[in-house]
Amino acid sequence: MFYRENGQFKTSYQADQQIFPIVQDRVAVGLLLMLAFLVVPALASDYWFTNILIPFLVFSLAAVGVNILVGYCGQISLGSGAFMAVGAYAAYNFSVRIEGMPLLLSLVGGGVCAMLFGILFGLPSLRVKGLYLAVATLAAQFFADWMFLRIQWFTNNSPSGSVSVSNLQVFGFAIESPISKYLFCLSVLAVIALLAKNLVRGAVGREWMAIRDMDVAAAVIGIRPMYAKLTAFAVSSFIVGIAGALWAFIYLGAWEPAAFSVDQSFRLLFMVIIGGMGSILGSFFGAAFIVLLPIFLSQFLPAVTRLVGIEISTAGVSHAELMIFGGLIVWFLIVEPHGLAKLWSVAKQKLRLWPFPH
Amino acid sequence: MKLRKLLLAATLVAAGSSVMVTGTAFAQAKEQFIPVLSYRTGPYAPNGVPWANGYVDYLKLTNARGGINGVKLSFEECETGYDTARSVECYERLKGKGASFVQPLSTGATFAITEKAPVDKIPVVTVGYGRSESADGTVFKWNFPIAGTYWVAADAILQAIALKEGGFDKLKGKKFALVYHDSPFGKEPIPLLQERAAMHGFNLQLLPVTAPGVEQKATWLQVRQSRPDYVVLWGWGIMNSTAIKEAQATGYPREKMYGVWWAGAEPDVKDVAEGAKGYNAVTMQHGAEPDSRLVKDVLAMVHGKGQGTGPKEELGQVLYMRGAMSAMLGVEGIRAAQERFGKGKVMTGEQVRWGLENLNLTQTKLDGLGFAGVMRPISTSCVDHMGSSWARIHTWDGKAWKFTSGWLQGDEQIIKPLVKATAAKYAADKKLTPRTSADCQS
Repeated sequence: MFYRENGQFKTSYQADQQIFPIVQDRVAVGLLLMLAFLVVPALASDYWFTNILIPFLVFSLAAVGVNILVGYCGQISLGSGAFMAVGAYAAYNFSVRIEGMPLLLSLVGGGVCAMLFGILFGLPSLRVKGLYLAVATLAAQFFADWMFLRIQWFTNNSPSGSVSVSNLQVFGFAIESPISKYLFCLSVLAVIALLAKNLVRGAVGREWMAIRDMDVAAAVIGIRPMYAKLTAFAVSSFIVGIAGALWAFIYLGAWEPAAFSVDQSFRLLFMVIIGGMGSILGSFFGAAFIVLLPIFLSQFLPAVTRLVGIEISTAGVSHAELMIFGGLIVWFLIVEPHGLAKLWSVAKQKLRLWPFPH
Repeated sequence: MKLRKLLLAATLVAAGSSVMVTGTAFAQAKEQFIPVLSYRTGPYAPNGVPWANGYVDYLKLTNARGGINGVKLSFEECETGYDTARSVECYERLKGKGASFVQPLSTGATFAITEKAPVDKIPVVTVGYGRSESADGTVFKWNFPIAGTYWVAADAILQAIALKEGGFDKLKGKKFALVYHDSPFGKEPIPLLQERAAMHGFNLQLLPVTAPGVEQKATWLQVRQSRPDYVVLWGWGIMNSTAIKEAQATGYPREKMYGVWWAGAEPDVKDVAEGAKGYNAVTMQHGAEPDSRLVKDVLAMVHGKGQGTGPKEELGQVLYMRGAMSAMLGVEGIRAAQERFGKGKVMTGEQVRWGLENLNLTQTKLDGLGFAGVMRPISTSCVDHMGSSWARIHTWDGKAWKFTSGWLQGDEQIIKPLVKATAAKYAADKKLTPRTSADCQS
C-alpha cells in the first residue's frame, strides 16, 4: 500500500534514469542520511562511535569495494586485505614524508596507490578465472604481508615495524573526538557509496555485469574483457584502499601488517557473500553482520547466562561466540543463498502488495 | 515454511536489537574498576590462560585481604584473542567504566593503546613487555613498562652467554641467530642485539618466523646451514614448543638456546618434556614459585573459598606468577596513589598514574604481599618508568624450571642511550615536548 510506484509517471528520460526512481525510496534514503548525520550523533555514546559505528562504516566501505569486484564483475579476490594494507601504508607515507599533507589528500593518495597495486595484481584475471583467480590474488596478500614486514622504508624505519599517526585534521577541524571521527568516516562512505552506486548502473557497471554473467558472450557483443576487468580491479582496490587507510588512521591509530592479514581478506569476502553479491546495499548488511554480531554476542551471552543464573567464563563466551557465529553463517547461507540483500528485495516485493497479497 | 520465516525474522530482529543492548550495561559502583584484557582462546591461549588466571586470582586475593585500604576492586575480563583490533575494542568498552589502568598484554595492542591513553588519561602498564623506549617517562607519560623491557631481557640473555663464555670479549666472531615472531613483539629486541653485536663483534643472523609460528621448517633449515653458536628464541605461544621440537629434529643443542620470558614457561616445554632438557630462558625476576607465600595465600583465601580461577595445580607456574605480579604492580600503584590523594577513596586514572610513577616497593612491602624471594624491590620515578632491570636465567631440566644464573642487570650504559634516542625520535615524530622537571613534581 505504502510502497507502490503506481501513479508516479516519468515524463523525461532524466526522471526515468535517476538513481532512486521511486519517491518512497528517495524519501527513505533522505531520512536515513538525516538519521545518520543528525540523529545518531545526538544519541550515541563514545563507545558506540569508536567501537560499533566506525568499524561498521569502514568495513561497509571496504565491502562496497570488494562487492564491485566480486559481486559485480565476478572476479573472486582474496587480496582485499592487501589492498587495505597498501592503502593504509601509502597514506601513512604520504602523511609522514610530506610536511603538512592534508588528511584527505593522503587518503586519496593511499587509494591511488592501492589502485595501482590492484591493477597489477588484477592482470592474472585476464587469463585465469574463478577459484584459480582467487589463488592468484592470494599472492597479492602474501606479497603485501612480506613487503610491509621486510621493507623498512615503508614503515619509516620504525624498529618494531609498527607505525602510528596522530593529530589528524581536515580543513582545520581536528579529527580527535569519536564524534568527529564518526562524521568523517560517514561523509567519506556516503560520497563513495553514491559514486559506486552510480558507477554500477552506468555503462561501466553494465560491462562488469556482462563479464560476470558470461565473459565470452560479453566479448562477442563488443565489451573488452581486459578493460572491464581491470577497471573493476582499479575501482574496487581504490575503494578498499581508502577503507584500509581509514581503518588504520581513524580506528587503530597505530598498526602493524598483521592488522591486514589474510583473515581480513576472508572477512571481507564473507561480508560480500553473506550481504549479497552484486548489491551495494548488501555490502552494508554484510558488514553489519560480520562486524557487529561478534561484539553483540560477546556482551549478550554473559547477560543472558546471568539471567538464568549461570556464570559463564570469558573463554566460554568466546568459544560460544565462535560457534554461534559460525552456525548463523551456515544457516543464513542455507535459507538465503543470495544474501541478506535478497531478503530486503523480497520484503520490498511484499510491501508493494501489502496488505492485500494475492 | 512458516516456522522458517518466523525464525528468519526473529534472527533479524535479534540482530537489530543487538544494537540496542550493546554498550548499555554500565556498572556504576564505589569500587576501583580494573579492566582485564586477556586471551583464553586462539593460538596463544596455552600461555594466555595461566597469565589471566594469576592476574584475576591476585585481584580476588586483594579483595579477600580487605581491598586497598578498604576500597574493593571490581574487574571485568575481555577476550582479545591477541588481536589488535579486538584489544582496542575491549579497551574502549571497558574504559567507560572508570578504568584505573590497563594492561594490554600484546605489543601490537600496546602500540595502539599508547596513542589513545593520554587522551583518555588511563595509564598503560606493560610488565616486562610493550615498547622498550617507553621506559623514558619524560616522553611516555602514561606508559609504565615496570620491571624490565625486552631490551633488558635481550641484554640479560647476552650477559648470561658472555658469563658462560668467559667475558664479552670472547664473543667476538661468534654467530648468534635470533629466531623471532614476526611482529612488533618479535622485532623489539633487534636494536639492542644489533648494538651489542657492533660493540663486541659478534655476528647476528635474523630469522623471522611468520605468526603464529606453527611452520618453522625453513627457519630451522637455515639454522642447520649456518650452525650459529647460540639461538635466541623470541617466540610466543605455539611457536615456542614448535621451535624446540624443530631444534630437536635438527639436532641443535637445546643448551645453546635462550628464550625470552614469553618463551620460558611450562606450556612451552611440557609437551616436549625430556626433549627440551637444557633449554634456557630469561625470566624477569621470578620463575616458577609454587612455594611462595603468595601461592599459599591464594590457595587459602581464594581457592579455599571456591573462588579460584584456574586449576589448583597450575598455581605458581611461571606465567601464573607473571599475571599475579602484573596485577600486584598495578594494585600497588593504586595504593601509592591513595597515600597521596586520600586513603580509602576510589582513584582516577590520573591519580593512579601518579602512584605508578612514585612506586616504591621495598623488601618489607614485598614480604608483606607474599612476594618474598619472588622479586626484588622496585622504585619508579618520573624519568624512569621501568623501576628495575634485574633478570635471571632459568633452565628446564625435563621436569621443572630451575634457576641457573645469578641476578643479571641490564647494562645501563647501553640501554639508557638507546631508550633516550628512540624516545626522542618518537617525541619528534609526534611533535611532543618532553616533560619538564616542574611537570614531574606534579
